[in-house]
Amino acid sequence: MSFSAVTLRLLDGFQATLFIFFVTLFASLPLGMVITACSMSKFKPLHWLTRTFVWIIRGTPLMLQVIVVFFGPGLIFDVQMRSRMTAVLVAFIINYATYFSEIYRGGIESIPIGQHEAGQVLGMSKRQIFFRIVLPQVIKRIVPPMGNEIITLVKDTSLANIIAVIELVMAAKTIVSNEHIIWPLFYIGVFYLLFCGVLTILFNFIEKKLNYYKG
Amino acid sequence: MNILEIKNLHKAFGSNVVLKNISMSVSKGEVVSIIGPSGSGKSTLLRCATTLEVPDSGEIKYFDDFLIRTENEKTVYADKDVLKKIRHHFGLVFQNFNLFPHLSVMRNITEAPIIVDGKSKKQAESEAMELLKKMGLSDKADAYPCELSGGQQQRVSIARALALNPKILFFDEPTSALDPELTGDILRVIRELAKEHMTMVIVTHEIDFALHVSDRVVFMADGYIVEEGAPEDVINNPSNERTKSFLSRLQK
Ligand SMILES: Nc1ncnc2c1ncn2[C@@H]1O[C@H](COP(=O)(O)OP(=O)(O)O)[C@@H](O)[C@H]1O
Ligand SMILES: [Mg+2]
Repeated sequence: MSFSAVTLRLLDGFQATLFIFFVTLFASLPLGMVITACSMSKFKPLHWLTRTFVWIIRGTPLMLQVIVVFFGPGLIFDVQMRSRMTAVLVAFIINYATYFSEIYRGGIESIPIGQHEAGQVLGMSKRQIFFRIVLPQVIKRIVPPMGNEIITLVKDTSLANIIAVIELVMAAKTIVSNEHIIWPLFYIGVFYLLFCGVLTILFNFIEKKLNYYKG
Repeated sequence: MNILEIKNLHKAFGSNVVLKNISMSVSKGEVVSIIGPSGSGKSTLLRCATTLEVPDSGEIKYFDDFLIRTENEKTVYADKDVLKKIRHHFGLVFQNFNLFPHLSVMRNITEAPIIVDGKSKKQAESEAMELLKKMGLSDKADAYPCELSGGQQQRVSIARALALNPKILFFDEPTSALDPELTGDILRVIRELAKEHMTMVIVTHEIDFALHVSDRVVFMADGYIVEEGAPEDVINNPSNERTKSFLSRLQK
C-alpha cells in the first residue's frame, strides 16, 4: 500500500478519533459541573449517591465501562445498543464528566473560606460570591489539571477499538495485519504527538494568560 | 446613640462554650478595643457580630435591626432582608486581609459598591481613589494584591471596607499577620479614622495602641468579659487578677 493510500485510510480513522474527542469534551465539560453540584450538595442522599457513582467510575477501567455500555442494554433489557459509536460516546462522556467534576470540586474547595467570608461581609449574595470571587480563581487553578486530563482523553480515544469502532489505532492495526507493514503504527504515533502538542501549546498559552496574578 | 448592642450572647462549638453571657454596646463615634489571651473568644464575638458565625442565644442589635433576639424564650434570627440591611451597617477587616487576589486593588475596592450598592463605576472609582490617597496608596490602584507588602494589603482591605460607608468598623487583630515594622502604618491609619470619629471595635494585642486610641477597653478571658472600662483604668490599673496577669505577661 502506498503512503498516500495509507494516509487516506488513517485519516478516516483519525476523523473518528477527533469526533470522539470533541463530542466527549464538549458534553463532559458542562456535565461535569452538574456532577460537581450533586457531589457538593447539602442534600445528603444526593451527595452520597453521587460520591458512590464517582467512586465506581473512577475505580473501574474506562475500557470496562465502554464494554458494559455496549453489551449491557442488550443483555439486561434485551434492547440492542444500535451504534457502537453511541456506546463509546456515552461511556466516554460519563467517565470524563466524572473526572472533570472532581477537578472542579477540588478547585472550588481549594479557595480559602476567607474569600467567601470577605464577600459575605461586603454584602455580596451567595451567587455573586460564587461567580465573581470564587469561579475566576477556580478557573486559574484547574487549568493545569484540566490540560492533563484533556491530553489523556486524546490517547484514551483509542480504547474505542475494543468494540470495533474504527478510530486511528484500529485503522492502523487493520492495515498492519492486512499488509504486513509496521510503519503505519509509528505514523499514527505522529498523529497523536501532533494533536497533543497543539493542545499543550494551547494550555500553556491559557496558563500564561491567567498568570496576571499569583495564587 | 447605640450603634451596636449585644446582650447575653452565648455561643458554643459542640461542647466547647466559647462565648458566655457577653453583653456590650458601642455608641456612635466610640472606639472600643478588645484585648485578652488567645482562645478567649474575641474573634468569635466579632464573627457573631458580623454574621460569619451564628450565635446560640442572646441579642445582637444594630440601630433598630435585630440580628438575633430572644422572644418568648425562643431565639429568633434575622430574615434575609434584615440580614442584608444589617450587613450594610458594618465593615470587617480581617487579620489576614482576605483581599481578592484576581482583582486589581481598584476592583477590590469598587466591586462591592458597584454590585451591592449599585453605584456607577465612575462614582465608585473616584471614591476609591480618594480612599487610596488617604491610605497612601494612590499609585497602587492598578496593582494586584500579590504585588503589595502585607501592610499595603491591609490598608487596601481597610479601604475596601470603608468604600461601603459602614457605620461601624470591626478589626480582628489587623496587625498580627504583619512584620513588626509594618504594624505602624496600620495603627496610624486606624488612629486617623478615630480622629474622624469612625465607630470602631478593634481586637488587638497592641496594648499601647489600645491605651492611646480607644475610648474603652474590654478584657475577655474564657468567653467572659472580665473587665471593661476606660483604657487607663483597665490597662494601667486593672482590678481583676486575670487582667493583671495577662497584662504583666504581655509587658514582659
Ligand atoms: N469554627 C470553629 N469550630 C470549633 N471551634 C472553634 C471555631 N472557632 C473558634 N473555635 C474555638 O473557640 C475558642 C475561641 O476562639 P477565638 O474566638 O478564635 O479566640 P480568640 O480570637 O480570642 O483567640 C477556641 O477554643 C477555638 O478553638
Ligand atoms: Mg482571634
